[in-house]
Amino acid sequence: MAGKKQFSTFVVDQLLFGVGVEKVQEVIRYQEMTRVPLAPSVVKGLINLRGQIVTAVDLRRRLGLRERAATDLPMNVVIRHEDGAVSLLVDEIGDVLEVEEETFELPPGTLAGEARELIRGVYKLKDTLLIALDTDKMLNLATTAALGA
Amino acid sequence: MGDMDDIVREFLVESNENLDQLDRDLITLEKDPKAREVLASIFRTIHTIKGTSGFLGFPRLEAVTHVGENLLSQLRDGRLLLNAEITSGLLAMVDVVRKILVNIESTGQEGEGDYTSLIETLTRLQGGEREAPAPVATAPPPPPATEAPNHEPENADSGLPLGEILVQAGRANPEEVNEALKLQHEGDNRRLGEILVERGATKPAAIQDALQVQAEARSPALSDSNIRVDVSLLDKLMNLVGELVLARNQILQFSSTQQDTSFLNTSQRLNLITTELQEGVMKTRMQPIGNIWSKFPRVVRDLAASCGKQVNIEMEGKETELDKTIIESIKDPLTHLVRNAVDHGIETPEKRQASGKSPEGHLFLRAFHEGGQVNIEISDDGAGIDLERVKQKSVEKGLVAPDQASRLSDRELLNLLFLPGFSTADKVTTVSGRGVGLDVVKTNIEKIGGTVDIQNRFGQGTTLKIKIPLTLAIIPALIVTSAGDRYAIPQVSLLELVRLEGEQARKGIEMIHGAAVYRLRGKLLPLVNLNHELRVEESGNGSEQAAAVNIVVLQADDRQFGLVVDEINDTEEIVVKPLGKQLKGISTFAGATIMGDGQVALILDVLGLAQRANVVSEVRDRGMGEKSAETESRHDDGESLLLLRGPDDGRMAMPLSLVARLEEFARTAVEKAEGRHVVQYRGQILPLIHLSSALSERREEPRYSGPSEPGGEDEKIQVVVYTGQGQSIGLVVDRILDIAHEAVKIQKRTGRQGTLGSMVVQGRVTELLDVKGIIQTADPNFFKEAVAA
Repeated sequence: MAGKKQFSTFVVDQLLFGVGVEKVQEVIRYQEMTRVPLAPSVVKGLINLRGQIVTAVDLRRRLGLRERAATDLPMNVVIRHEDGAVSLLVDEIGDVLEVEEETFELPPGTLAGEARELIRGVYKLKDTLLIALDTDKMLNLATTAALGA
Repeated sequence: MGDMDDIVREFLVESNENLDQLDRDLITLEKDPKAREVLASIFRTIHTIKGTSGFLGFPRLEAVTHVGENLLSQLRDGRLLLNAEITSGLLAMVDVVRKILVNIESTGQEGEGDYTSLIETLTRLQGGEREAPAPVATAPPPPPATEAPNHEPENADSGLPLGEILVQAGRANPEEVNEALKLQHEGDNRRLGEILVERGATKPAAIQDALQVQAEARSPALSDSNIRVDVSLLDKLMNLVGELVLARNQILQFSSTQQDTSFLNTSQRLNLITTELQEGVMKTRMQPIGNIWSKFPRVVRDLAASCGKQVNIEMEGKETELDKTIIESIKDPLTHLVRNAVDHGIETPEKRQASGKSPEGHLFLRAFHEGGQVNIEISDDGAGIDLERVKQKSVEKGLVAPDQASRLSDRELLNLLFLPGFSTADKVTTVSGRGVGLDVVKTNIEKIGGTVDIQNRFGQGTTLKIKIPLTLAIIPALIVTSAGDRYAIPQVSLLELVRLEGEQARKGIEMIHGAAVYRLRGKLLPLVNLNHELRVEESGNGSEQAAAVNIVVLQADDRQFGLVVDEINDTEEIVVKPLGKQLKGISTFAGATIMGDGQVALILDVLGLAQRANVVSEVRDRGMGEKSAETESRHDDGESLLLLRGPDDGRMAMPLSLVARLEEFARTAVEKAEGRHVVQYRGQILPLIHLSSALSERREEPRYSGPSEPGGEDEKIQVVVYTGQGQSIGLVVDRILDIAHEAVKIQKRTGRQGTLGSMVVQGRVTELLDVKGIIQTADPNFFKEAVAA
C-alpha cells in the first residue's frame, strides 16, 4: 500500500461517506425514476442512463437513516458493479479526497444495526470523519433484511 | 487464464470449431467410407492440431494426435478402410483432444490424464487391421491407386485450372488437355470438362473429382471475408442501437411540432438509417440453427450404439437463423428431445422388423420460419406414444384420479407428458427415464416465449413441434397503465381486450367468495387486479370503479385469466433490457424497457404474475387446463359474433369470421373521392359504408368536413374492416359493444334492408346484419370486380 487512497465522497443525512474512486462510473443529477413494485424497499426505482437501465438504491434507506424530505431531490452516484451499473441515491456530492491509509480505523463496536455490515471503517480527516462503504455488500440485497421490508 | 497467450487462445477457438466439424465428418465418413474429401478434411484438422500443439509445447496432445494422424493417413491412402471400430477409436481420440483442450483453457496446462491405452488402441488399429484378413475381406477393395495418388490434401496447391489438376492426378494426358484448351480458345464455348469427356480423354468421374479439388482449394478465400467478433461487442452495439432508436423517437416527436423543412428531411433520413442500422445489428446476432444441430449426429450415433439401435438422422433447414441468446437457450431442450426420440421413440431393430419397418430408425429434424416465428420439428418413426400406458402411469403416479383419467381426451393425455415426474420408460436407463423430462423442456421453451406441442401416431412415431420467437431483444408488447405507471405486456401472451362500461362495469364482474370473475362468452374468467397484485393501490382510490373496467385477457401456461388494469394504451415494439441483480428475485417482471419519452417501463412476466396470483399453481398439479381454449373452438353449434350498437340504439351483430380488423379513425381523416367517403388505410384507400345510411331508406350521410358539428360527437369513428377477394371495405358503426359466442338461429325475419333477421344474443334481441348484402348495395362492383380481377 502506498499509503494513499482516493475516495469519491458524498453526503447522506449530514454524514460524509466515501467509496473508492475506481468504483464510481459517473455522478449525475437527479433523474426521473420508475418505481418497481414488490421490490425491496431500498430500491427506489429504475433510471434510464443513456439507454442502460440502472437500479437506484436509496442510501438513506439502505443505511437505516432518516427518510429524505419529499422535496429534496437526490443525486446519483453510479457504481460499476459485477453485472452492470447501480446507482446510489445520495443527498449531496462531495469532492474526490485523497486520504492517508494510516488515518484509517475500524468502525467502533458500538456501531449498531445493519450499517455495521456495510461500513468498512472510518478515515479521520482534519475536521470530520469519512465513512468508507463496502459497495459489494451494500449492493448485495439478497443476504440482508432489506428484502421483505 | 486472464493472461493466457493470444496464440493459445486462438488455437483453442480454432481447434474447438474444427473438432465440431470433425464429429460430423466422422459420422458422414462411416456411412460413406470412401468420401475422400471428408477424409482429407479430417486429416487436415488433426494434422493442424498436432502441428500447433508441438509448437506450443503440449506433448500429450501431440502424442495423441500423432497416432491419430498416422491412422488417418493410412485411411486416406486407401491402405485401410474405415469400419465401426476405427470410427469409435477416432471419436474417442476426438474426445480426448477435446478434454485436453478444456484443461488447457481452464488451467493453461494439459492436465494429468493418461492416454496410453487410447494410443495403444489407435496404434493397434493401424497395424492389426493390415494383418487381419477378415475385415478387409468383407470391406470393398481400397480405392484404386489411380485416384490422385499424389494429391496432398493439406497443401492447398490446387488453386489450379481444371486441366492441370487432371494432369497432375494422372487422369488425362497433357496433350489432350492442350488440345481441348485450343478448341475452347477457338470458340468452342463448352466447358473444358465437357470437351475432354466427349473426346474420350477422361472419365466424367475424374472431372467430378477434379472439380471438387478445385472447389476445396477455393473455399479458403471465403474465410478471408469473415472475421471473428466478440459477442460482448455485439451486445454493446445492440445497446447503442437501442439508445439511438430512443434518441430518434425523441427527435421525431420533436420534429412533429417543427416547420423547418430541412430539419424535417434530416430527421426523416435519421429515422430511416436508424431502422436499417437496427436491422443490421440484429442480423449480426443471428446464427443458423445448424450450429447446435451439428452436434446431434454424434449424440445420436453414440446413443444408438449404446442402446443397440440403428438410427439415421436427417436435417432440413439448418440455415434457419435465430438470435444468439435463443440459440443458447434451446440447445439443451433440443438435445433432450433428440435423446428422448432415440431412447424412447425408436425401437430396437428386431422390434422394428417385427412391425414391418426397416431396421434402421429415422430421426428427422426440420426448422423453418413461419409468421415471424421459428418452427422446429423433431420427428421419429418409432413406436409413438401408447396413450393407454400414459393413462395407466399417470394414475399410478397419482397425477390424475382413475375416474378422471378415463374421461381424458387424447390431447389431454398427451399433455400429461409435460407434467413433472412423468416418464413412461419402463426402466431407468442412463439416458432418460429418471423423471426429469418433458416438463423441463417445456419450461425452458416457454421461458423464451415459445410453445411445445406433441403429435402422436401410435405405432408410427412422434413429432414434437416447437415454436419460438426470432429474437428476444425486440418484441411487440401492449402498454398498459396501472396506478400511474406504465407496464409492458408481451404480445405473445395476449389473447384479447375487453372493456366494460357503465352498467356492465358494475354488474359484469361477479365475486365468488372474494375472487372476482367475469363471464367471457359463457366461461368464467378469473380476474386479477394488477394494482392489487403489485401492491401499488393508491390511497383514496375509491372512485376507481367509476367509469370503465379494462380487462386484458392473457394466456399463462394453459390457462386464461383477465388482468384488470387502469388504462390500455397501445401496442409498441419494445427493446427488452434485463433488470439488475437486485431485482432478479421478482418473478413478476421479465425485464424493463425504455419508452419513447425516455422513461423506464417494467415488462410484466405473465407466467410469473399468474403464479403470484395463484391463477396457475407453481407445481402443475392439474393437467387438464386446456379445456377452456380447446373445447371452445370445437363447439360447432355456435359462432362468434361481433356486437354493435346500431342506429336508434338497437343492438346488431355480425359474424366475427367476416371481420378482418377493427379500426378507429379520426373524423378528420375521412376524405371524399368519387362521391364516396374514404380513408387512407395501410397505404391504400379504404372506401367507407355508413351502417346508419345502409340500413335506412333515406340516404343521408354524415358530414365530416368543416367545423365539428355542434352535436359534439366523438372525435373518432369506429370502422369494421371487411376484406374479401383482395379488397377491403370499411363499415362505419356507432359503437362496438362486445363479442359473443352464440348459435346463429334467426328467430324472427325482418324486412329491414341490410339485415337477415333478429335473434337473442346475451339475453337481448339483436339484429343480424347482412354484411355482404350491405356491401353489395353500397358498392355493386365490389364482388364483381373481384371476379374480373
